[in-house]
Amino acid sequence: MKKIRGAARPYVPLVLLGVACSAAEAVFELLIPMVMSDIVDIGIASGDAGYIAREGLKMVGMAVISLLFGMGGAAASSIVGMGFGANLRQSVYERIQEYSFANIEKFSAASLVTRLTSDINALQITLMMSMRIAVRSPVMLVSAIAFSIRISASLSSVFLVSLPILAAVVATIMVKASPMFRALQEQTDALNLTVQENLAGIRVVKSFVQEGRESEKFAERNRALKGTSLRAFGMVVINMPVMMLIIYSTLIAVMWFGGHMVNAGTLGSGDLMVYYTYITQIMISLMMFSMMFMMFTRAIACAKRVAEALDEQPTITDENADASARVADGSVEFDNVSFRYHDGDSAWVLRNINLRIPSGATVGILGGTGSGKTSLVSLIPRLYECQEGAVRVGGRPVEDYTMEHLRSAVSMVLQNNTLFSGTIRENLRWGNPDASDEELWDACRAACADEFLKNMPGGLDADLGQGGVNVSGGQKQRLCIARALLAKPKILILDDSTSAVDMATDAKIRAAFRTGFPGMTKLIIAQRVASVMDADSIIVMDNGAIADAGTHSELLERCEIYRDVCNSQQEGAMSNG
Amino acid sequence: MAELRKQDAPQGGGRGSHGPGGRGGFQKPKDLKTTVSKLFRYLAPYKLALVLVAFLLVGSSLCTVGGSYLLKPLINDYILPGDFAGLARMLCVMGLVYLVGAACSYGYARIMVGVSQNAVAQIRQDMFDKMQKLPLRYFDAHTHGELMSRYTNDIENVSEALNNSFGSLISSALNFTFTLAAMLLLNPVLTLVTMGMLVVMLAVVRVIGSRSRLYFVAQQKALGELNGYIEEMTGGQKVIKVFCHEDAAKAGFREKNGAYRAAATRAQIFAGIMMPAMGNLSYVNYALTCCVGALLAIGSGDLGGLGAFLLYSRQVSQPITQVSQQVNTILSAAAGAERVFDMMETEPEPDAGEVTLTRVDENGRPDDNGNWAWRRPDGSLTPLRGDVRFQNVTFGYVPEKTVLRNVSLYAKPGQKIAFVGSTGAGKTTITSLINRFYDIQDGAITYDGIDVRDIAKESLRRSLGVVLQDTRLFTGTVRENIRYGRPSASDGEVEAAAKLAGADAFIRRLPQGYDTELSGDGGSLSQGERQLLNIARAACADPPVLILDEATSSIDTRTEKLIEQGMDALMTGRTVFVIAHRLSTVRTSRAIIVLEHGEIIERGSHEELLAAQGRYYRLYTGQAELD
Repeated sequence: MKKIRGAARPYVPLVLLGVACSAAEAVFELLIPMVMSDIVDIGIASGDAGYIAREGLKMVGMAVISLLFGMGGAAASSIVGMGFGANLRQSVYERIQEYSFANIEKFSAASLVTRLTSDINALQITLMMSMRIAVRSPVMLVSAIAFSIRISASLSSVFLVSLPILAAVVATIMVKASPMFRALQEQTDALNLTVQENLAGIRVVKSFVQEGRESEKFAERNRALKGTSLRAFGMVVINMPVMMLIIYSTLIAVMWFGGHMVNAGTLGSGDLMVYYTYITQIMISLMMFSMMFMMFTRAIACAKRVAEALDEQPTITDENADASARVADGSVEFDNVSFRYHDGDSAWVLRNINLRIPSGATVGILGGTGSGKTSLVSLIPRLYECQEGAVRVGGRPVEDYTMEHLRSAVSMVLQNNTLFSGTIRENLRWGNPDASDEELWDACRAACADEFLKNMPGGLDADLGQGGVNVSGGQKQRLCIARALLAKPKILILDDSTSAVDMATDAKIRAAFRTGFPGMTKLIIAQRVASVMDADSIIVMDNGAIADAGTHSELLERCEIYRDVCNSQQEGAMSNG
Repeated sequence: MAELRKQDAPQGGGRGSHGPGGRGGFQKPKDLKTTVSKLFRYLAPYKLALVLVAFLLVGSSLCTVGGSYLLKPLINDYILPGDFAGLARMLCVMGLVYLVGAACSYGYARIMVGVSQNAVAQIRQDMFDKMQKLPLRYFDAHTHGELMSRYTNDIENVSEALNNSFGSLISSALNFTFTLAAMLLLNPVLTLVTMGMLVVMLAVVRVIGSRSRLYFVAQQKALGELNGYIEEMTGGQKVIKVFCHEDAAKAGFREKNGAYRAAATRAQIFAGIMMPAMGNLSYVNYALTCCVGALLAIGSGDLGGLGAFLLYSRQVSQPITQVSQQVNTILSAAAGAERVFDMMETEPEPDAGEVTLTRVDENGRPDDNGNWAWRRPDGSLTPLRGDVRFQNVTFGYVPEKTVLRNVSLYAKPGQKIAFVGSTGAGKTTITSLINRFYDIQDGAITYDGIDVRDIAKESLRRSLGVVLQDTRLFTGTVRENIRYGRPSASDGEVEAAAKLAGADAFIRRLPQGYDTELSGDGGSLSQGERQLLNIARAACADPPVLILDEATSSIDTRTEKLIEQGMDALMTGRTVFVIAHRLSTVRTSRAIIVLEHGEIIERGSHEELLAAQGRYYRLYTGQAELD
């Protein structure tokens, strides 16, 4: 929460100004009836039309001043609210940029998007509205009482009785309603999750003819939500009549005691009217204040979610890095490395991995589904950190480098890769912002992306559309490889990155790697033996451990798993080997 | 179909993320009258309650206005003359009036909560139920975010309008009328002054309103762009990390964030000015009334009348402020309701077939473990054999773009048929036509000799087990996910299905085994593991015909080999359609169909096609590219 307040810090003067404006507006609204009282008690009594006109002008003048304050308040609260929202959004976004893969997975992209969009929007509106409304009510209450005391201290004692009762009753209702609104928020979220899953899986739902059961699932949550909202809103609507009753009782008491005073001449009838006006004013402002209540409850839930994102500690930082350390070469070493995704998990994903890869080598990695191939290579650019042992790149532990230096030397093409909306050129330049067209084409040629690019209308300037929908799976994979090559890494990791590319092209890409990038260490995870069989060394993973490592012919000879894999692909896959 | 899916980006369910068709702010409904009348249909069951609400509203309004009117006799007739017994009586009357007023307004608010929450829950349920019946075309044409916002924003706005706005709109109108009447009764001359000021106020509302509408449009546009950026970039956050692109991402964000902030500030300032403007104009009115009233009172001495009138002069402008605020809420609620009804009125999936799926014993009597059969409307039975034929089928997702041209094919019962071809060649389309995700434009598809359009959709799909490219899982345990297609499956059957699919081993390694909760679409599982679960899910549903659409693309060949036995067991006795990228997967099929640009260019067994040295041969030997 402290960090959320931090986003408002630059606006403290403006907040004070806005609050002062709102307060001044409220005070002026109370001063105007005082003038009225003078008109009634002095003007009418003396029959002085000139006095009445002068006082009337004074009132109009006050209304204009009050209007200016009101506009000032509106402007200040808008600037503060929207500015606070923008600052908070920026700081949450920047925080997310520091997240490690583990942090991102903990939240999921969808929930981060909600926090950045609707949650922060709700917060900025709440801040703005509370500067306008929440300030007014207490100011109005306090100044109305102060002014009434000035008019008549004894008549004001009525407030001493009614206001504490009012405060107690309203507070009780709010306290009771507050958990209900929290529950309401939670159930709304649960309902939305049901819809979201249903939408995402609509083909599955229809294929398995589960529409009826999905409707039931929804109906159950819908009923729960309805029950809670009936209870919560049912509680809130008690607020209004209770407030009305207390206020009106006050009014009657004032008329009774005040009536006596007017009759005795100790109070002007204009003054009595002022009392009447004040009481209705207080009621109106209290009602608006109670309307803020729902907004506050929602805002608290939102603030908690935003704070969660802000307070999340990046699990991987540059804390122990040496800013001057540079990756000297493309050698990779694993020293007794064990790894699991969450510290609480019982099973290790990788166990006691020992590995030496010399700089410039080409290494293939094969293994069954869930055997730990992706986990193994993810440790090299430090996307995750191992719990035991050490991973060394260029002779130094990966923690020694800043992430920027490490990751610009280790380029990884992810399994589920993303291209972004924009042109192909813009996407490729993620690898190297300063790349010339020539360099772009070179990388595309190495990744065998040049041919289809030449045939594409617009070439490098072709627009990809959101998520790269305008290219096929195989084309997307090749663009991702080109993007990684442009970073001129010392180590290139391909995680099943050519699965949608046909074998001939796959072979061409490998040939380009061999001749074009001799100094670059290449780690290739593949399903096809053909993709890795000519590598300097092939690592066979099995159940989180290295089952064997060696060249194709060595492994064929001694590794049963490898032979199995080869056999399973024999005819088709190897015919072009 | 993958090529038709509009959006893979994560969905925030947030506000205002999808462009002009989206939400929030100021949108006018296209046909307010029809929408409101449709909305009233949901209120129809509460007719009696609403009549009561109308009475309560009038009562509460009368009491509020009447209570203030009493100020005149209170001052003129009792306080100034010093008639305290009368004052006490009058105050009792006043108290009673206010008590009734408070009771009325509580009654109305309480009833409206019940009515609106029930009506909204019903709308929500109807919308969801309806959504389940919509054809896939609808989901292709609308993004998830767009549909989500029907539930999050549109319904929320309708709820808000029913809960508050309609009531306060009516009570504002009543208050305004009664107050004006009371003012006329008190002092017609002063009423003229007030009327003059009201005209000025209305003019101000119009001017500010139209300006702020413009700014709000700009705000929504900027918000749409910002949210679009957030969704796309957050979806690709891991790629940002890998490329150390954080600084560029921050800079891009800063720019969009700043643009939104500028637009929003302008819009909010204008919207925020409305309240003080109206409030203080009402004070100008108050001041003028006070002056004129005081001048008049010098002659008449009607202090009480002036006091009451002054109260009214403040109250009379409140409905205008309130209405000007509620109009926006009501308009955006109506626009939301319009979108909701729009969805509800979309043509559902055509489902006129009357042939149903059943299980019977040898004598044709129903038997839960018997053989599958089709029951025609006349009661005759046709055994289900899995004989699927396409006759000159032509189809396009959009009429002007044909995806399949004149396709004829024939799957013999119990055969494994494979489809091979590049992305966009129409492989997935063929399977989507068999289970009638889409209807064909020309030709015929028959299933055991019955036109698929004559089979009840539920029966048709129950007979087909589909393992989709799209490996969706649902929140719930692993067990619940496997059981998804057949909720009645026993734990033993679930585990048997998992074993068949080769998923048993990794499930047992999960923290709670089969009872492990999967959340967020099974995010912690690898792509290959999710595919194994998908296969288990289809196996558990135990359908007579199987469609495997790239079902093993992320499973390595060795694991595939390991589960081959299970897969063989799964496929035995069933007609199976296989779409696979990896040619080793399709090799064992009885018939392989090679598609290109929506046409069948080759068909035959693996050996036949290799011998023919055509397209398949080139694909197989790696001379041609699949994508």
